[in-house]
Amino acid sequence: MKAMKILRYATMLVFVLASIRIITGASDLTSSGTASAALLLSVPIVLAALGGLFSERAGVVNIGLEGMMIMGAWAGGYIGSQHGPWAGLFAAMIFGSIGALVHAIATVTFGVDHVVSGVAINIIAAGLVRYLSTLLYQGGSWPGPSQSPGIESISLNGLPVLSGGHYFGWKSPDLLGSIANLNWFFVSDMASILRGLTGDVSYVTVVAICFVPLAYFILWRTAFGLRLRSAGEAPVAAESLGVNVYAMKYAGVLISGGFAGLGGGFLAIVAASNYQENQVAGRGYIGLAALLFGNYRPGGLLAGAGLFGFADALQLRDSAAIHALLLFIVAILAFVAFRKFKAGKQMSAILSIAAAGFTLWFYFAVDELPGQLVTMTPYIATILVMALASQRLRMPAADGIPYRRGGLR
Amino acid sequence: MSNALSRKFTPSKVGLAIAAPLAAAIFSILISSLAVIASKKSPVDAFKTMWEFGTTTGSLMEVINTATPYYIAAIAIAVTFRAGLFNIGVEGQLRLGALFSCYIGAMFVLPPVLHVAAVFIVAMTFGGLWAAIAAYLKVKRGVNEVISTIMLNALAGGLSAYLLSKHFALVEEGSNNLQTKELPASAQIPDLMPLLRKLGVEDQPGGGVYGMFFVAVALGLIFWFVVNRTRFGFELRASGLNPIAARVSGVNSKKMTFIALVISGAIAGLSGLPEVLGQTHSYNLGFRAGIGFSAIAVALLGRNSAGGMAISALLFGFLEVSSRALELIDIAPETYVIMQGSILLSSVVAYEVVRRFRLTLQSKELAKVVQA
Repeated sequence: MKAMKILRYATMLVFVLASIRIITGASDLTSSGTASAALLLSVPIVLAALGGLFSERAGVVNIGLEGMMIMGAWAGGYIGSQHGPWAGLFAAMIFGSIGALVHAIATVTFGVDHVVSGVAINIIAAGLVRYLSTLLYQGGSWPGPSQSPGIESISLNGLPVLSGGHYFGWKSPDLLGSIANLNWFFVSDMASILRGLTGDVSYVTVVAICFVPLAYFILWRTAFGLRLRSAGEAPVAAESLGVNVYAMKYAGVLISGGFAGLGGGFLAIVAASNYQENQVAGRGYIGLAALLFGNYRPGGLLAGAGLFGFADALQLRDSAAIHALLLFIVAILAFVAFRKFKAGKQMSAILSIAAAGFTLWFYFAVDELPGQLVTMTPYIATILVMALASQRLRMPAADGIPYRRGGLR
Repeated sequence: MSNALSRKFTPSKVGLAIAAPLAAAIFSILISSLAVIASKKSPVDAFKTMWEFGTTTGSLMEVINTATPYYIAAIAIAVTFRAGLFNIGVEGQLRLGALFSCYIGAMFVLPPVLHVAAVFIVAMTFGGLWAAIAAYLKVKRGVNEVISTIMLNALAGGLSAYLLSKHFALVEEGSNNLQTKELPASAQIPDLMPLLRKLGVEDQPGGGVYGMFFVAVALGLIFWFVVNRTRFGFELRASGLNPIAARVSGVNSKKMTFIALVISGAIAGLSGLPEVLGQTHSYNLGFRAGIGFSAIAVALLGRNSAGGMAISALLFGFLEVSSRALELIDIAPETYVIMQGSILLSSVVAYEVVRRFRLTLQSKELAKVVQA
């Protein structure tokens, strides 16, 4: 039932995007290039958000995701450039977990405020990698104080028959690609988006996306997951039933760091070909926002990360498409107005119509958005989505509250 | 927090008060020594070089100039911390405050003091307005202010780059540096060299101490007074310490949240000005980045108290300035970030440990009193 609903929404979304493409001629809205870039840009955010999921479900707020990603990205660049990409990804996970260990010691063992500890870790991680990079540069093994040597790339592949790819020397046909080239309204749009999502995908991306159902399984279908979540909902009750709450919180935070570190490593190794300073650029925070948007559920965070990835991909590829996206906002606002009107809320319906009218006016008044403003798209999307979604969120009941076994806080 | 029991000074209590900073200092010296040893140098040489360079008159002036914006921004953050909130958006607020105050401030000429006041008002208005977005989202839509202010930082970066390059910057032939029109002399704040000369300080090649130093000191005093000695400050702290109790006793916590964030943004708007009004006299591409983030560390280290933040701002400034000398003995100057980071983390942990220890002591004392 739920899968049908998601499918229906996804179809509607593609239909609206295809219509806007026809109206505005912004072909990048549904091109396979955009879809594939969106996927690539979503993966680090998905990984960060998964990290946040494990930590927050265990009751530890993790603003430090950003710092753990930074450490992962650096380790990915350092180890990856010496011992190959897979070793680099592994090192990224380890380094992310080291950052997480500090966070766990501070918050779980010593009961420091979670946000304070997280921010401290972000500041320290940024400083630490800058220091280490400088040392390596001075030692002569790095080309610059802010970037690592190049890293070997991990090979890409696609789904057999549907979207090309190579299997044991056999070159598969590319059905979706040929449908996409036919330029039929909607059908080709759908095909090219699917082609972008399933063709020329890095193996790491596949693994990362598989982590989402895996996280769901671990957290909601195993005893370990139940215990971990109970530590985030009602630690005192959990403790009284024999759950080692400290251990669960440590586990949650360490897994969190592993995911975040992997996300950082992905940025250095898969999304780019070496480590660069400021590569993470706030993606840890966006991952956290995606998690909140997804109401602390694996499926939801995937949708949130996908949205930010799409906004990011569009702004990178084609600023005209962002302009066309204004029409998309008009469509959403009109939809909201319709819903509100049916629910009997005339006032909010009128406000939505007014906002839609303003956006439409803006669309016609401005021919092209300047580059600096286009780069703001993912952040604006984050804020808008948070503003719309925040009120129906339910975070784990004991999230962010320092827990101390049997006594004084 | 401070009840009759803890008001009395006893040796153990004084010891506890010193214990946390001392432990943090020892731990961070240990960590930074390890960092220096990792680059195969002697930590003793490193600390000696830093101390010798950092305590020259010229360096000390620079330390103050580095610390001044940190301090103002830290006060902005502390206002929200005291109200149980966290404004990570100081970086964006101060950037927009500085940009708009330079752009609008250069449009007119007023008598000297009035002009500076007008520039301050512009900076506070735009900083406050930017924070008001987060405040609105928090109060009306329930958006966590930590997330929204982080996003607003990114937006402020993009917006200021756009406004500077497309609207506010002067077009100069053959120059890559974009900058706003220079502020008239009436809007500039002279440095404190004339005053320092009277005190027997000689001129330094690096220039004097920014006049905004006094503004920072005044802000610190106002912060201390308002938070600790007024009804508003009490309500602010109450809604931070125990929102439910505050609401029951008639404090409108939503209103306090909104006001705290906007005031914080307004103060943050000022923190970009010391360098702009004292030295560059215009907003340009080289505007110093990262003040808002270092200030978070300063506020945490200073325990959100006016005096504590002053000390930690000066300490951060000292580490930053004096570490430049490390280059002379082939150590990466970036070592200072390790020092700042380890001080921050170890002090945060040490204060928490001491707080818990004190709670245990208090409950034991209380038990004794009750039994007797």
